Amino acid sequence: MSDDDRTVGVVLVSHSAEVAAAVAELARGLTGGGAAVPVAAAGGTEGGGLGTSAELISAAAASVDRGAGVAVLADLGSAVLTVKALLAEGDELPDAARLVDAPFVEGAVAAVVTAAAGGDIDAVEAAAADAYTYRKV
Amino acid sequence: MLDADFFRRWMTATAASVDREADRLTALDSPIGDADHGSNLRRGFTAVTAALGKEAPGTPGAVLVLAGRQLISTVGGASGPLYGTLLRRTGKALGDAAEVDEQRFAEALRAGVDAVMQLGGAAPGDKTMIDALVPAVDALAEGFAAARAAAGQGAEATTPLQARKGRASYLGERSIGHQDPGATSAALLVAALCTADGE
Repeated sequence: MSDDDRTVGVVLVSHSAEVAAAVAELARGLTGGGAAVPVAAAGGTEGGGLGTSAELISAAAASVDRGAGVAVLADLGSAVLTVKALLAEGDELPDAARLVDAPFVEGAVAAVVTAAAGGDIDAVEAAAADAYTYRKV
Repeated sequence: MLDADFFRRWMTATAASVDREADRLTALDSPIGDADHGSNLRRGFTAVTAALGKEAPGTPGAVLVLAGRQLISTVGGASGPLYGTLLRRTGKALGDAAEVDEQRFAEALRAGVDAVMQLGGAAPGDKTMIDALVPAVDALAEGFAAARAAAGQGAEATTPLQARKGRASYLGERSIGHQDPGATSAALLVAALCTADGE
C-alpha cells in the first residue's frame, strides 16, 4: 500500500449541508497540491434540512477511512453530541475515528493540510486543536 | 417485576404522549430554541415504536438499547443523542435480565441520567432535561407516581432559570421566564412509566 493510501481521513459534520460541503472544498483548496486527502462532508439531515444525521456521519466516516485514522470535526450542539454518542456506541464509526476539539473552519483547514503533508492522526488532531490559539485581534 | 413487555409499553406510551404534546413542546422551544423539539422527538419516537413492532426484543435491556439507537439515528437534533444515550445506557445497565425489579430499574436509570450529564456537560439548574430527570430518579424509590410528580415539578421549576447549555444559553437572561422544552419532554417520558404500569 502506498503512503497516499494511508492518509488520515477528515469528516466535517455541520448542521448545514452547504456549510459542510463548502468547508470541505475550502480545506481541499488550501492543501497546495499535496496528497489528496479523503475529506467527507456530513451536513444537515438526510432530508436536506438543518440538523444532524447519524447515518450521514457513519457513511462519511466509512468513506474516508484508509486505516490511518479519521478526524471528525463538528460545529454545534447536536453535531457534537451525535458524534460523541456514535463513538460511545462502539461500532458505528471506524475504530480509529476520533472527535477533534477544534474550531470548525480553521480546524478543518489545519486538519486537511496536515493530513495532506503526511501527518498521522495525532498530528492532524494537534494541528486542528491548535487553530483555537490563532487570535484574530 | 418489570418485563420486556412493560418497557415496550413504556416506549409506546411515551411515543403517544410525545405525539399528543408535540405542538406544545415546539411552542416551548420557539422562544428559546429552534422550534423543532416536538417534531424532532415525534419523529424519533415514531421510529422507536416502528422498530419495536418489527423486532420485539425479549429483555428490558434490549428494548431500551434498541429504542436509544433509533433516537440517535432519527431525531436530527440534540435531543436525539441525549435521549438516545439515556435509554441505551439505562438498557445496558439492566443487562440481559428477563425481568427487573423497580429498585434495579431505578439504579439503571440513574446510570443513564449520569451518562446524559456527562455527554451534554449539564448539571441540575442548567435549565435542561436533567432538571426533570434527576428529581425523578431520586423519587423513583417511592414509586412511579412519585417520580412523575417530581419530574413535572422539576420541569416547571426550570421557568425562572437562566439557560447555561444548548442554543438557549446564547439568549442569556432572555431565557428566563420560559419552561425548558427538554425538561418538559423528560417529564412526559417519566409520566409514561405510570401509563405503562396501568395507573
